[in-house]
Amino acid sequence: MPKRGDLRKIMVIGSGPIVIGQAAEFDYAGTQACRALKEEGMEVVLVNSNPATIMTDTHIADRVYVEPLLPEYLEEIIAKERPDGLLATLGGQVGLNLAVKLAERGTLERYNVELLGTPLEAIKKAEDRELFKKAMQEINQPIPESDIVETVEGARVFARKVGYPLIVRPAYTLGGTGGGIVNSEEELDDVVERGLTHSMISQVLIERSVAGWKEVEYEVIRDAADNCIVVCNMENIDPVGVHTGDSIVVAPSQTLTDHEYQMLRSASLKIIRKLGVEGGCNVQYALDTKSTDYIVIEVNPRVSRSSALASKATGYPIAKVATKIAIGYRLDEIQNAVTGKTKACFEPALDYVVIKFPRWPFDKFIGADRELGTQMKATGEVMAIDRTFESALLKAVRSLEIKAHRLQLPAIAALTDELVYARLSRTDDERLFVVAEALRRGVDPAEISRITTIDPFFIDKIRRIVAMEQRVVNEPMTPQLMRAAKRCGLADRTIAELTLTPEAEIRSRRKRWNIIPCYKMVDTCAAEFAAITPYYYSTYAQEDEVQITDRRKVLVLGSGPIRIGQGIEFDYCSVHSVWALREMGVESIIINNNPETVSTDFDTSDRLYFEPLTIEDVMNVIEKEMPEGVIVQFGGQTAINLAAPLSRAGVKIMGTSLESIDTAEDREKFDAFLENLYIPRPKGASVTDAGAAIAAANRIGYPVVVRPSYVLGGRAMEIVYNEGDLRYYLTHAVQASPDRPVLVDRYMQGTEVEVDAVSDGNDVLIPGIMEHIERAGVHSGDSIAVYPPITLSDEIKNTIVDYTVRMARALSVKGIINVQYVVSDGKLYVIEVNPRSSRTVPFLSKVTKVPMINLATRAAMGQSLASLGYTTGLLDPVGYTAVKAPVFSFAKITQVDIALGPEMKSTGEVIGIDYHFERALYKAITASGIQIPDDGAILFTIADKDKQEAMATARGYSELGYRIVATEGTAKFFASAGIKVESVQKVSEGSPHILDLIRSGIIRMVVSTLTTGKLPEADGFKIRRSTVEHAIPCLTSLDTAKAVLDVLTVTRRRRLIYSMALQDFAGTAPHGRETK
Amino acid sequence: MSDFVAGKLVLADGTTFDGLLLNGLEGSGEVVFNTGMTGYQEVLTDPSYAGQIVTMTYPLIGNYGVNPKFDQARKSFVRGFIAAQLCENPSNWCEEGNIIHYLEQREIPCLSEIDTRAVTRKIRSYGAMEGRIVRAERNIAQVVAEIATHIIGTDLVAEVTTPEIYRIPFAGKAPHVIVMDFGIKRNILRSLSLYGCDLTVVPASTDAKTILALNPDGIFLSNGPGDPKVVTYAIETIKQLLGKKPMFGICLGHQLLALALGGDTYKLKFGHRGVNHPVKDFSRDRVYITSQNHGYVIDEKTVPLMDVTVTHRAVNDGTIEGMRHNQLPIFSVQYHPEAAPGPDDNVYLFEQFTALMKGGC
Repeated sequence: MPKRGDLRKIMVIGSGPIVIGQAAEFDYAGTQACRALKEEGMEVVLVNSNPATIMTDTHIADRVYVEPLLPEYLEEIIAKERPDGLLATLGGQVGLNLAVKLAERGTLERYNVELLGTPLEAIKKAEDRELFKKAMQEINQPIPESDIVETVEGARVFARKVGYPLIVRPAYTLGGTGGGIVNSEEELDDVVERGLTHSMISQVLIERSVAGWKEVEYEVIRDAADNCIVVCNMENIDPVGVHTGDSIVVAPSQTLTDHEYQMLRSASLKIIRKLGVEGGCNVQYALDTKSTDYIVIEVNPRVSRSSALASKATGYPIAKVATKIAIGYRLDEIQNAVTGKTKACFEPALDYVVIKFPRWPFDKFIGADRELGTQMKATGEVMAIDRTFESALLKAVRSLEIKAHRLQLPAIAALTDELVYARLSRTDDERLFVVAEALRRGVDPAEISRITTIDPFFIDKIRRIVAMEQRVVNEPMTPQLMRAAKRCGLADRTIAELTLTPEAEIRSRRKRWNIIPCYKMVDTCAAEFAAITPYYYSTYAQEDEVQITDRRKVLVLGSGPIRIGQGIEFDYCSVHSVWALREMGVESIIINNNPETVSTDFDTSDRLYFEPLTIEDVMNVIEKEMPEGVIVQFGGQTAINLAAPLSRAGVKIMGTSLESIDTAEDREKFDAFLENLYIPRPKGASVTDAGAAIAAANRIGYPVVVRPSYVLGGRAMEIVYNEGDLRYYLTHAVQASPDRPVLVDRYMQGTEVEVDAVSDGNDVLIPGIMEHIERAGVHSGDSIAVYPPITLSDEIKNTIVDYTVRMARALSVKGIINVQYVVSDGKLYVIEVNPRSSRTVPFLSKVTKVPMINLATRAAMGQSLASLGYTTGLLDPVGYTAVKAPVFSFAKITQVDIALGPEMKSTGEVIGIDYHFERALYKAITASGIQIPDDGAILFTIADKDKQEAMATARGYSELGYRIVATEGTAKFFASAGIKVESVQKVSEGSPHILDLIRSGIIRMVVSTLTTGKLPEADGFKIRRSTVEHAIPCLTSLDTAKAVLDVLTVTRRRRLIYSMALQDFAGTAPHGRETK
Repeated sequence: MSDFVAGKLVLADGTTFDGLLLNGLEGSGEVVFNTGMTGYQEVLTDPSYAGQIVTMTYPLIGNYGVNPKFDQARKSFVRGFIAAQLCENPSNWCEEGNIIHYLEQREIPCLSEIDTRAVTRKIRSYGAMEGRIVRAERNIAQVVAEIATHIIGTDLVAEVTTPEIYRIPFAGKAPHVIVMDFGIKRNILRSLSLYGCDLTVVPASTDAKTILALNPDGIFLSNGPGDPKVVTYAIETIKQLLGKKPMFGICLGHQLLALALGGDTYKLKFGHRGVNHPVKDFSRDRVYITSQNHGYVIDEKTVPLMDVTVTHRAVNDGTIEGMRHNQLPIFSVQYHPEAAPGPDDNVYLFEQFTALMKGGC
């Protein structure tokens, strides 16, 4: 059956902001979907609240709505656009849940919109535990004993019947929010209560735990004619018990016999047929390690994180194929885009090993519980490909950017044998490193396998890596040994470290011996057919497949795994840079290792190298391709950090020079630079020991902001109010040393302003200025940003332009530059300058319609802005307001304080865009997931220093009819000012206390500011955490609380739901270009 | 104790690929590749690979070990085995030994630590080629000369077929099927039994009179190695059996049937070997993923000569994958519905066969 003729306009739902459990994979999937639809001549309407995505570019969809992903908004857009069909299976769980809601509200029926692809009934069968159980029983597919409960008591009844351990899973959540394995009634009560709160339908599933079994996944595709194929299977190195998103995964499965592989494959086909999925589907199994017994753990009737991984692992574009199926095509009618000859109806054959390694945020969330379980905690992941397992694993480790180039972490290497052994039984993010260390200490592999329940096969692979390390240490280096070590995946740096030789020496010796990697293609078919997609990985083998061209070419460095501080925004920038190069007729080469992204889609660049972003791996590609130069400004700090070593190796850095990058990043050079330009910055100093730090702070005056230099996302940055706290910081958080200086700056409590500009070294284009709602002190990534600014005077704006232009010129910026300013007492100060793209570039590009990365890439390549139709200066603001709001994933990471501060904590962002500022702000806040209550009680727990300021806000909420609740001190303070306030007991004062009120649902929102100092304030922390567990909003900055109040005041008068496409707001022509 | 020495694969055109040779044991044969990611033991013991050196494109071979229950024949008939990496320490609950010892015990020449993808690309571009795996120090020109004079053996079927008749009785009333063994895989016999057939397996050279004297309800033509045209005696036997009893052929059996019906076969450039081949069944209008292992196919042009309808085609290259006789209760497929290795999408064909026999013929 070919494409359906009755579909002309299709609506696609994106997945919204990046949160733990839902990362860039849906931008990749959604972008592929939109392009597949356009390829078929369909008009595409896209809705996604996340501006940092490729899919929300106005050339990806015909109508782009950057609006909150809530049924009211979707309904409004549907009413306006009247699409023929809705494609909801590419927007993750968010998209799927919305589709279900729209169907249930009758919206789809009312506007005659057909749900395309997987039917609603199939979605429900897969998602509703009872229906799923029934469906599985009908086809004799084993599922664990389980029960759905809606109360804690119900859970206890089941537990008494089945016994522990049990797994608790809330229904309809993503990333397993609120779930966990429990071993006792006490744990059961806790987790069930939390799960019930997080479940969309207040249900949790309790089931018998099969922890320790192999966890295996199958990615399946089915078309409406009932043709089914398996794209890929994957085996988790971490057995059942660790969320698959937190598991280290290998594709294809390694320890399954053909019989087992086929048994689960057949089961997958039976399941997808039974459910009636039309499109992609993921089936997860637990397979016994001692028999062929298995159980079906879960089915996702949609494109998922795993399918993105499977797509990148095999080369098979699952999202694209699922989209074509949704509009009527059969699998055997769809071309396999990789070979260009064969059809999509086949099962990819891999001739390499793929490893996915999660990237966890524990470097940011230092106090967080690192134990891994059924609740996903990783923010991102890397993928590595090679023809040996060992090398693929080591490439993955190098790609993580956790300062490890092999399976060794200094902290673990420093442990005693006993502690290493003890750590084996802990399931946390460092487990594989502990396994390697245990092997180095001579622990029996069988014993390690017994303790960790990791299959002996994988332990043996790690043993082989450790054995190779030992050979390198003990044997004289020969070409044979070098070759063996490289095939095993040891980095030059590892060999250098083990042989106490400089890395450069290892590299040159290796090259002298002609031991260089060759590159092979990912082609879906194990070389059976010739492929046309230039998607490569390195390996040490006999034959290289890359056909080098003699075209002009440039390498763009990607940004690696998604982590807090370096998110999808940087992938957006890399992709646009690649597109700009292609537009210029320059061959674009990209290196990246993140399987979730658009940048690693096989047809984004002219050539894709799936490699770690280390100097060795990048230089290998450069020496192969010999590009004209490398663009480092779009791949976040990952790419910028490679600028110096690349430059030292004689590689040309396109655009802004290494010296300028260094000037901006080196504290002392930057101070001197600003001084020369007469541009002020907060008083500060760079210090290399504690004494100097204290002296500097005394000179500058408290409060001061302290942080290590050369960091991204404000890691380990704090505001310190006195000497005692400073001493604590210098001993507990960051130790200053000559090669790791600490920066001490005056903390200026003012309005923070951010600017992204494009410069060719002469002209400096400033598309817009963004003003932060939260005062300086809250990390810019965690602040609400408003474009155009709302409170800045013309004088300040002019000064911003003047400073930005002068700095860009003085730095000879060729490309992009980001500047953060603070306005304090009417004076403008520079906080920092980043000679690279920033988090706000996609946002600003979209709302100003200036193709910033395109221009920046052209500037980096030597084109002038004038030749592109742009001149120096700030563009006139557009006629509407756009507000960017941060999105957090606190529900996934326990034991982390949610209070905002200088260290970034958000994982994603949304925007609200409207002609009215308040409505834009309302949209942004709503889209970010904060559910502002319409009525009820608001709790204020306010630090003494903030009480005066909080009073006006509390009064405002009170006047809107909210009940104000506060602890005694605050309550007295408010009451003295005539605010009607109820007093509540602190936790230490006994029940009924604050937590009881939150738990019982009486308190609907919390405003809580952090007391100063580093002493853990038990109450405040507990209150803020409990708002997370009970999913009520908690505002930790008075500025945010004030903004929300303003919104509420205004929205009581105005219509709230109003949607317009980006194309309507901004038109389709680029903004600011001088017409000739 | 296993001992790996420097070795290489030399192809007929002099191309070489370096690797490690297991125990220095050399071997010659037609070099082919299989793209299955699991099922190496089934591949090694599939008699259809007689006379061939099999290259596994998946680089990690032996991960889950070996177990006698996966053997598809009484022994391995391959002339050599090529794998990128052999697993020394396999892991699976039903593992009863490792692949290296398995190869050693059976004296199967094996080259490992070799760039199998390079070998595959070579064969893909230049077609299946004779080759020899030898010690590294061997002179290439001399090896090429050896390859040129080496005769793989014309009648490979004679080498692999059962030396004598044997029975696999079915408990209870069941159609009696005579299985002509041209190199049958055990899982075919298992599948036929599972679908309710009482089996008598006969050597490939058994004549029609003997077969009919066994009073069959149906005749099954098995898979097997090599060029179907050299098995002239079997083609003759099948000719005489046409129309006498319902007949089902697989792989070589399918090709022999075509020759008996007056059709022709030819050799593909590099054959179909793997477990991921899509085949369209026109009668069901569905595509199935199939396990395949064949170097020859039926010539499209000779279809009209056979009075058959093409029922299945390969999705990738359109070649004939199945046919049904227009008058007689005879059908055949080019692929392996019994899987092992591979997907079991196609076991419905065994049902079709039993239904055909019950149909009163």
